[in-house]
Amino acid sequence: MPQLLKLFLTFFKIGMFTLGGGYAMVPLIQREIVEKRQWIEEKEFYELLAMAQSSPGPVAVNASVFVGYKVGGVTGSIVATLGTTIPSFVIILIIAAWLVDYRSNPYVEAFFKGIRPAVVAMIAAPLYALSRAMNIGTAGLCLAAAVALLVAFAGISPAVLIAVVACASLLTGILRQRRQKQV
Amino acid sequence: MQIYLSLFATFFKIGLFGFGGGYAMLPLIQHEVVAAPHKWLSMTDFIDIVAISQMTPGPIAVNSATYVGYTVSGSAWGAVVATLGVCLPPLIIMLLISKFYLKFRENHYMEMVFSGLKPAIIGLIAAAALTLMNSHNFIDYKSALIFLAVFAATVYKLDPIKLILASGLAGLALY
Repeated sequence: MPQLLKLFLTFFKIGMFTLGGGYAMVPLIQREIVEKRQWIEEKEFYELLAMAQSSPGPVAVNASVFVGYKVGGVTGSIVATLGTTIPSFVIILIIAAWLVDYRSNPYVEAFFKGIRPAVVAMIAAPLYALSRAMNIGTAGLCLAAAVALLVAFAGISPAVLIAVVACASLLTGILRQRRQKQV
Repeated sequence: MQIYLSLFATFFKIGLFGFGGGYAMLPLIQHEVVAAPHKWLSMTDFIDIVAISQMTPGPIAVNSATYVGYTVSGSAWGAVVATLGVCLPPLIIMLLISKFYLKFRENHYMEMVFSGLKPAIIGLIAAAALTLMNSHNFIDYKSALIFLAVFAATVYKLDPIKLILASGLAGLALY
């Protein structure tokens, strides 16, 4: 089987079977890419995760671009990205086309009434563990709280905030480095 | 034509500034899609997409791009355009990173930027939770009970898909 087709099918499978998105995809990507295909090594995989998280966009898309590039250059990265996105694209398209009609159904509406508060809980619950895992410290917690309040209650654009925080941390990082050199 | 350009530009922006992936991208998507000027989705539509994204495969950003693109334009082409828009920035940026992989690996400037972004990402997830705690999602005390139960279950790392299905069934029984 040609390498590009193998690449497409592998990422199609990853896109097809990773429910929940994000970190739920990590074990499957690891099994398919590192253990079965051996396209990248174990150590490279952890570096890939770090990069995929520090670069904008969905983690799964970032991971497919990286692995695709390693296996088949620019074409490879496009093929892998298509593989990851096509399954969810098709499924959502079907749901979007049908949901509009089914929304007025009382059973569907009752089902969603139960789901809505559950989704909010699933977003809020991992926050504490996440801030412990990222080890952000007291200053980091203050920054996180400020971002949360500004976005949720002051209507500040998250894109603008991200840009400001990125520039500010680069600046303070450079200043700190300079000061250390002078001492 | 105008609507396609607008869909592409909006989701390109989401792909470009969507640091942290998953839930951290929710306030950004909400800001661009639910709030003015576009108002493409209602608050209820938005939370339903998040719920559907939990139950279907693929990244939330891709799912919402496909859904919004289709419903706003009324055609599959809208879905294609929005999904392309959200995938292009990460594709370009990750290609550059992959190409200069070894140089990027120990880049101090990248480290500096990310040290500030880490807390910001946590703040964005918290903002997503705060804005979603509204009267659309919490209609009565039963909503609050479901919230508390799922909160506890998530802390104990129960399977999210099963939790969504269970709370949907609870909704069927209660409402």
